[in-house]
Parts: sequence; C-alpha cells; structure tokens
Amino acid sequence: MEQITDGEGLLKYPFNPSTILRKKRAIKKQLIAKSGQAFLSKKIAILGGSTTFEIKEILELFLLRQGIQPSFYESEYNKYFEDVMFENPTLREFAPDIVYIHTTSQNLELKPTFGDTPESVQAKLADQFSKFESLWQKLRETYNCLIIQNNFELPANRSLGDLDFYEFRGQTNFIGQLNLKLAAAAQKDDFLMINDIHYLASWIGLERWHDSKIWYLYKYAMAFEAIPHLAHNLAKVIGSCFGKSSKCLVLDLDNTLWGGVIGDDGLAGIKIGHETAACEAHSALQSYVRELKSRGVILTVASKNDFENAKEGFSHPDTVLKYEDFAAFKANWNPKDENIRETALEINIGIDSMVFLDDNPAERELVQQQIPELQVPNIGSEISEFLTILDRSKFFEPTRLSADDFQRPLYYVDNLKRNELKSKFEDYGSFLKSLEMKAEIAAFSPLFLGRITQLVNKTNQFNLTTKRFTEPEIKNFAESPKAITLYGRLLDKFGDNGLVTVLLGEIIERDLHMTLWLMNCRVLKRDLELAMFDALIERARAKNLRCIFGRYSATAKNAMVSNFYEQLGFELVDRDPANSLWKYSIPETSSQRNKYIEVTSE
Amino acid sequence: MNEAQILAVVQNVFRDVFDVEDLIISNETNSEHIEDWDSLMHINLVVAIEKELKIKFNLLELQDLKNVGEMVKLIQDKLEK
Repeated sequence: MEQITDGEGLLKYPFNPSTILRKKRAIKKQLIAKSGQAFLSKKIAILGGSTTFEIKEILELFLLRQGIQPSFYESEYNKYFEDVMFENPTLREFAPDIVYIHTTSQNLELKPTFGDTPESVQAKLADQFSKFESLWQKLRETYNCLIIQNNFELPANRSLGDLDFYEFRGQTNFIGQLNLKLAAAAQKDDFLMINDIHYLASWIGLERWHDSKIWYLYKYAMAFEAIPHLAHNLAKVIGSCFGKSSKCLVLDLDNTLWGGVIGDDGLAGIKIGHETAACEAHSALQSYVRELKSRGVILTVASKNDFENAKEGFSHPDTVLKYEDFAAFKANWNPKDENIRETALEINIGIDSMVFLDDNPAERELVQQQIPELQVPNIGSEISEFLTILDRSKFFEPTRLSADDFQRPLYYVDNLKRNELKSKFEDYGSFLKSLEMKAEIAAFSPLFLGRITQLVNKTNQFNLTTKRFTEPEIKNFAESPKAITLYGRLLDKFGDNGLVTVLLGEIIERDLHMTLWLMNCRVLKRDLELAMFDALIERARAKNLRCIFGRYSATAKNAMVSNFYEQLGFELVDRDPANSLWKYSIPETSSQRNKYIEVTSE
Repeated sequence: MNEAQILAVVQNVFRDVFDVEDLIISNETNSEHIEDWDSLMHINLVVAIEKELKIKFNLLELQDLKNVGEMVKLIQDKLEK
C-alpha cells in the first residue's frame, strides 16, 4: 500500500475524488495527529433523504482540515422529516450547532404530471415548499440552530427533452421554481443557508453527478465520485459559519496579475488588456480579484521586483486593479515568506486567514514550507485556470454580506493615513485627541446581530476567551435578562471603523461573569477598550452587581491580551498555564478611564 | 493479468480502504473475516477497484459476491473481454 505523506494536501482543490475516497481513513489519522492544533468542536446533525454515511465520512475530513472537529448525528435512511417533526429525545440531547438537510431531487414527492393544470402545478409547488418551510420552522423552535439546506439538482432524465425546461408540467421547470423559492426564503432568514448542489452538480457535470446504479443498490442520491465535491462545498459553508473563511489575498505580479516580467519587458511589454488571449486571461483574473476586494477581501502584493517597477505596472492603461487597491505592497528581493509574515503583522490579521496566489510552483512550495498555515492553492501553470482554481477553492466563502464587508478594504486604506498622522505627534495622547473619535456603545440590537456574530467568530488576537457562538445563540444572549451585552462602534475624522468590539457578561447572583470580550485589531491602541470598560461598569452598577469576573484562556494567537484584566485593575483569583481568572470589585463611584473618545449610546 | 496479480491489486485496495498496512487476503476471505467490511464499506471497495482497474461492475453482479475469490474471478472475466 502506498503510504500517504500529505493527507491534508490530498484535500486541496483541485483534488482527486477517488484518492480521497480510497484513503479516507489514513487521511483522517494524519489530520488528527497534526500536533499543535486545537480543534473547534461542533455538533452537526445530518438529516438525509438518501444514504449519508459516506458524506459524513468525507465531510469530517474537510472539516478537520479547517480546524473543526465534528461530532455527528445521522438520521435513519430517509427519515429527515420524521426526525424533526416528531418528538426526538436523541436529537434533543445531541443539541446540534448545525442541522444539514441532505435532500435531493429524489425527495420531491409532488412533481407535476401531464394531467396537471398550471394552477395545480403551482399548488404542488406551494405544498412541496411548505413541507421544507415547516421543517425549518420546527428546527428553529426546537433546536435554535443554524440550518443548511440543499437546493435541488437537475434531473438525470427528461422524457420531454428540452421542452421540460419551459413546459409548465416539466420537471426541470418545477425544480427551477422550487429553487427560487428556497433562495427567497434564505434571503429573509439569517439562520438558513443553502448548499447549492444545483450549481455543484452542473459544475461537475450531471453525467458524473448522477449514478443510477449506486442509487438503486445503496440509495446514494449521487455518484461516489461526486461526494468529495459535495463534502468540500458543505465544509466551506459550515466553516464560514464559524469564522474559518480567509480574509486576505496575497498576490504575485509577474505572470500572475499580468503576463510577462515588468522589470524586463517594461510597462508597454506586459500582457494585460484585450490585445491577445493571454492579456484577456490576466484581465479576467484582475477583474475577479477586484470583485473579491469590493466585497471585503483585503488585497496585498508579494512580488520579487524593484518597488518602482512593480508599482508602475498598475499605471498601465488597461490595468483593472490600481495601486490604491492594496492594503500592503511588498515588492523587493526578500524571500516572499518574510514579506508575507511582515504583511500579516502590519495589517494585523492571522496568517492562517491569508491566501497566496503565485504562478511559480517553486515559489509556492517554498512559501508553503516556511509558513505551513498559509493557504497556497496549487493553481498550476495555465493562466486560464488560475481564476477557476481560486474560485472553486472557496477560500473567501461569506455567509452573508454585511455593510462592514463593503467598507472593510477602506478601513485598511484609512489606517495608512492614520499611521502617517501618528508620526507627526510627539506624544500618543495628542495623536488620539487629534483623531476626534466618537464611539457608539450599546446593548446588542437585532440590526447588528449578523455583524456581532461575524466578529465573535472571526476575532482571534484581541479575544479573551475565543468562545464561538452562532447567530441564534447570540440572539438568545441579546434577549436574556441575565446577560449584559455591549457592542462598540468607532468613528474618527478619517472615517467609520464600523462595529469593532463586543462584550458579553452573564449574571450569576450578584456577579457578572465575562463570557466574551473581543475587539478587532484594526482599532488597537485607540482606548476603545477603556470606553467599553466604563460602559460595562456603569451597566453592572445599574443592575446592582458586586463583582466582575474575567477569564483569559490562552490560544496560539491571543497572547496580546494575557495581561489585559490586570491592566484594567482586576485582581488575580486563580491561574494555570492556559487560563487565568480575574476579579474586579465594582466601587460605588469611579472616574471615567476613557479620555479621548466621545461616547453615545444610540 | 492472472489471478494472483489481480488478487495483489485487490489486496492493495483492501489495505487502503480499511487502512491496515499488512492486511493479507485470500480467495476465501469474506466479510466475516474483516470486522469493518459491512455493506457501507463494501461500496468503497467496489468503487476503488472499478477506478483502479478501469472496469465497471453490473448492477446484478454486485448483489451476490460471496468472497474475494468470486470478486477476483469476476474481475478477470471483465479484463479479458
């Protein structure tokens, strides 16, 4: 038997589904043995309308690769509906974080027949949809969890041929309408996500997706070879719910963003625009990358070039990306891994949430060796494939688009301006004063639950406990009388930094126990944490509480806050290597710690 | 490919699928002998053998394979066709 040396690498897109299926056990062993990684434990209920065993097995691999260790509940064959609608103590005790409803077009009971009228088809559509709607409603009521629902793939056979698409009694037509209803429902419902198997099956090809033999024999609703694709897709959707999506794309320039070598070929010689096929391909990649940026992905450059040459490339008349689009621009002759590490520090994001795109396989290999936690897709050497592999790898999977997503790249550009200003002041206080900061600090409100959940699940560095919660759980805290919740949003003269900090304390008798205290690193050293502490004391005092208990739980990334409670004046209660517990007795009166931020609570 | 060669290929598939490096199988091996060889893992074996030898089993053939020997014979028939 062939020993596998890089189980994790086998899961990298583009992957070989057969190898994954055949070596799944060895891959799993390797992923678990990978030392030094603390897995995030999550409970996932798979409710299937067909056999789900292999889906569970392969999904586990892709989740482990993202640092999520799943435990599973699996419904009996085709009992997805009964499992939810009737009393189910096992599932109740399991208390899922996510319920995945794996239904396919095989599960549509109410398909149109030739005896139908337009009205009766619409009635069937409404009935079929309401079956799923009632399922989601019941799940929400009973388990208060996130729901991931498959949409419906195109059928393998169409006795009507192409007419099936536009005839009102056609199956294809029916599935299309049903999928639109699912989309509309998920748009309105923050707890419902769609696993788009309609796209996935089309992408892979229906010929490869459907396998009637495996359906008749074992009741799998798709070919075995399609299962790794399904599991990969699903794992990315689940990962995005728990903050595992990447945030930053690091780009090579020569022969990646444009064709040719700018240092040798000069501005007129690089391939970008529409003159040739190669120009078209590089322009398409640039356009795609700009799209990523406009929805919140941070862009940086790591290029072996003279800085001026590299910068000049973005003055080409046909360039889509501009120099100003990048939050960091490393063009020099240092090793790229050093440049990428520096970038991570400068813009304050974890290196495991960065993706590195480079056409040069030697460079990819070297950087990957130096920084194992960096995502380095194997984009091959064919420029027309780069974009496809980047897209299908699903690094930047969002669950929702928040206003913050559209603003994010701007924050980083504004930060460059703030840093310039900082260098002009002798003491830090007068710099802070000059920023003319205003903060809005208030309890969690429905409008911001999405952003708060996103922040809770994405923040790694300034995060005292690194506890992760789903949106339904956050909503529970927001509505609980036994909790104090606060979010903070910071504005200054350069712009709006957005909602950047979250606090959550749970009241037990007359004490407050801090479950969450976290802040986005783009507002470090702005005294916002002091303003938050002032607000926290004020609210705790209003509830007549005596003490605030804060815990620090060490992770690989949050050393910067190991002494945070001490700095705020908490006393140490208990400490072990990984945790420390701190206590603050609330005085009857206290002066404001924050001096530079004007606070409102609206 | 003769029977012994096919058996060697099949054995490699078994070793991967069950992740037992030194697993030895013979014509008499059946699902009683390998603890994890249930109907679910059986599909993994079938799919991996199909892929490895670029053959396709028929629906009917798959339902009544008694042991490895029958599997090997079936594969040999297919490869000779």
